[in-house]
Amino acid sequence: MADTAHPHQITGAEIVIRCLEQEKVKFIFGYPGGAVLHIYDAIYNQDHFKHILVRHEQAAVHAADAFSRATGEVGVALVTSGPGATNAITGIATAYMDSIPLVVISGQVPVPAIGLDAFQEVDMVGVTRPCVKHNFLVKDVKDIAITMKKAFHIARTGRPGPVVVDIPKDITAHFSEFIYPDTVEMRSYNPVTKGHSGQIKKAMKLLLEAKRPMVYTGGGVVLGDASVALVKLVKALGVPVTNTLMGLGGYPSTDKQFVGMLGMHGTYEANMAMQDCDVLLAVGARFDDRVIGNPDHFYSKDRIIIHVDIDPSSISKRVKVHVPIVGDVKSVLAEMNELVAAETPNQSPALKAWWAQIDAWRGKLCLNYDNSNGLIKPQYVVEKLWEVTKGEAYVTSDVGQHQMWAAQYYKFDQPRRWINSGGLGTMGVGLPYAMGVQFAHPNAQVACVTGEGSIQMNIQELSTCKQYHLPIKVILLNNRYLGMVRQWQEFFYENRYSESYMDSLPDFVKLAESYGHVGMQITKPEDVEGALKEAFDMKSRFVFMDFITDQKENVFPMIAAGKGLSEMIMSNNIGAEDL
Amino acid sequence: MRHIISLLMENEAGALSRVAGLFSARGYNIESLTVAPTEDPTLSRMTIVTSGSEDVIEQIIKQLNKLIDVVKVLDLNDGKFIERELMLVKVKATGTFREEMKRMCDIFRGRIIDVADGSFTIELTGSGNKLDAFIESLDKTAILETVRTGASGIGRGDRILKV
Repeated sequence: MADTAHPHQITGAEIVIRCLEQEKVKFIFGYPGGAVLHIYDAIYNQDHFKHILVRHEQAAVHAADAFSRATGEVGVALVTSGPGATNAITGIATAYMDSIPLVVISGQVPVPAIGLDAFQEVDMVGVTRPCVKHNFLVKDVKDIAITMKKAFHIARTGRPGPVVVDIPKDITAHFSEFIYPDTVEMRSYNPVTKGHSGQIKKAMKLLLEAKRPMVYTGGGVVLGDASVALVKLVKALGVPVTNTLMGLGGYPSTDKQFVGMLGMHGTYEANMAMQDCDVLLAVGARFDDRVIGNPDHFYSKDRIIIHVDIDPSSISKRVKVHVPIVGDVKSVLAEMNELVAAETPNQSPALKAWWAQIDAWRGKLCLNYDNSNGLIKPQYVVEKLWEVTKGEAYVTSDVGQHQMWAAQYYKFDQPRRWINSGGLGTMGVGLPYAMGVQFAHPNAQVACVTGEGSIQMNIQELSTCKQYHLPIKVILLNNRYLGMVRQWQEFFYENRYSESYMDSLPDFVKLAESYGHVGMQITKPEDVEGALKEAFDMKSRFVFMDFITDQKENVFPMIAAGKGLSEMIMSNNIGAEDL
Repeated sequence: MRHIISLLMENEAGALSRVAGLFSARGYNIESLTVAPTEDPTLSRMTIVTSGSEDVIEQIIKQLNKLIDVVKVLDLNDGKFIERELMLVKVKATGTFREEMKRMCDIFRGRIIDVADGSFTIELTGSGNKLDAFIESLDKTAILETVRTGASGIGRGDRILKV
């Protein structure tokens, strides 16, 4: 390392910028501070990518995360040391749980100060270790380029995930030559891609001979860009298919073979079909507790499980699998498609009987709700949102009842349109997610379906939306309760609504206006559709829509924690004899 | 069931904490853990003694393989293997104890590596069971201090863990 420039040498900060340029990064989301001042100075002098200034580091990481979810590219965030770094953690953990490729660059105190409790020092590598795919502390300017190369490589390959690169301030001021490697070889990291052909053949034989086959797919199909291959396979097999919360849009929701989302708030038909099928093909999904509920109850019925996943540790983690296939879902599905093309599609009487059974379950109309009490029903708002946006919007959500209603009633026909925090369940993601999506797709309709609890967790980003003229539409389903908490308290705590009432809410219309946005409040069901049309017609404006909804509405169907797939609590509108 | 897992990992700062962190975050047991660089200084070799059901052990192996710094993982229990542990014991060696300690040390094929006025320090190598047995056979009041390394393991014959 050198402290003065030789020919061809540039500063560590400039090297960071050049690395991002080499990775063809278009946007980075960040917030400046002491430890990253050299990097910000280098940003000032470049025009290869745009830096988006958020109002809180958590939002920077969420926005980068959503940019990645909407595009498939690696999202990039830049934060300073200490509090900047710790503020980023919720964003990093959120991306980690949903396997989103991110590179988060954090500033660090100068190398000689590390470990001395310096101002704004935190052990970022130590603090983030449990919630990153990998992390690095760069201690020599000569290592910046190779570390950045590795970071992007690790983030985007295999099962994707966030990678933190922690760079001490003095390193960004030192000089070195810039050499960006074309490729990176790591003896300790060689993710598999192709699935085992023998296992794939075995799986296809089982699927073709099945009497009650079922396909269940998750976020892996969306992240692996395997949607087209999935549709082809499901069509060829003629089987029912369900998506997890993370997998929505992986298979078109309006197609007749789609039985809806499964899980805790999945449809009756999806959950019953999961429980009763005899051969289950799981693709890029991980049988988590919100999806299959109690594993012992799931085991109470015999079925053969085929599990395709890029991460071997996802296989047989919660549920024992009979035919494991480790590989990239797109490649495995393509290989399956080749095999099925060679076969006659299954037209057995057994499959017909299976579909008759599924249609009978569908007849329960489990998503019906009572829309007659003169109050705005949250489900109705989402249905109208779907109509007004012709099913083509990018929809982000926060976490809670509104998230489930958005998932149940907005019929996603394409992947990467539904952007939400499935694994970590992070309240506050909705607005920064909408920002990341709108930057990725400036001309697209972007709706943020949220609640009055969640939206206040990152409300400061209304300012960022103003600065960058983001024409997001916030769909606030305002029931003056932390609705999902209230629902659980109603069902399991005898209506003791402990701390779940949202008191002293701001006037959201005035709040939006104070940030220079358009605010609307909608209180009557008959005004919902017109207001939505009016808002989406304002193509260049950010519109904050405050829908005052029925406070008592609950999300149905519901599987209580620890219960099994067929033990659903249904809406009151379905007679008890139907259960 | 008790399993002994060997792994090779990049000899980098923080690599040990990734393994230790994985075990604590996922609630796996660590009975012992030893680590040191290998003849190739870029690699460290670690031996972890853990216990759990077959499903848990399978997850531990998979999760270890998933760590970016981990190059290779081997469950030694999948085949024949040898394990050894080193213990240093400081015992009272006064009066009648002095001869008694020398005799016990010989029986267990230990070595006295430090002799002081009132104490011996004994070095003993063997399986964990053998070390336990030695401790058991001593008069408890004679034991001043013990330190154990935890087990190191290696496969028998052709079973080789190498990059």
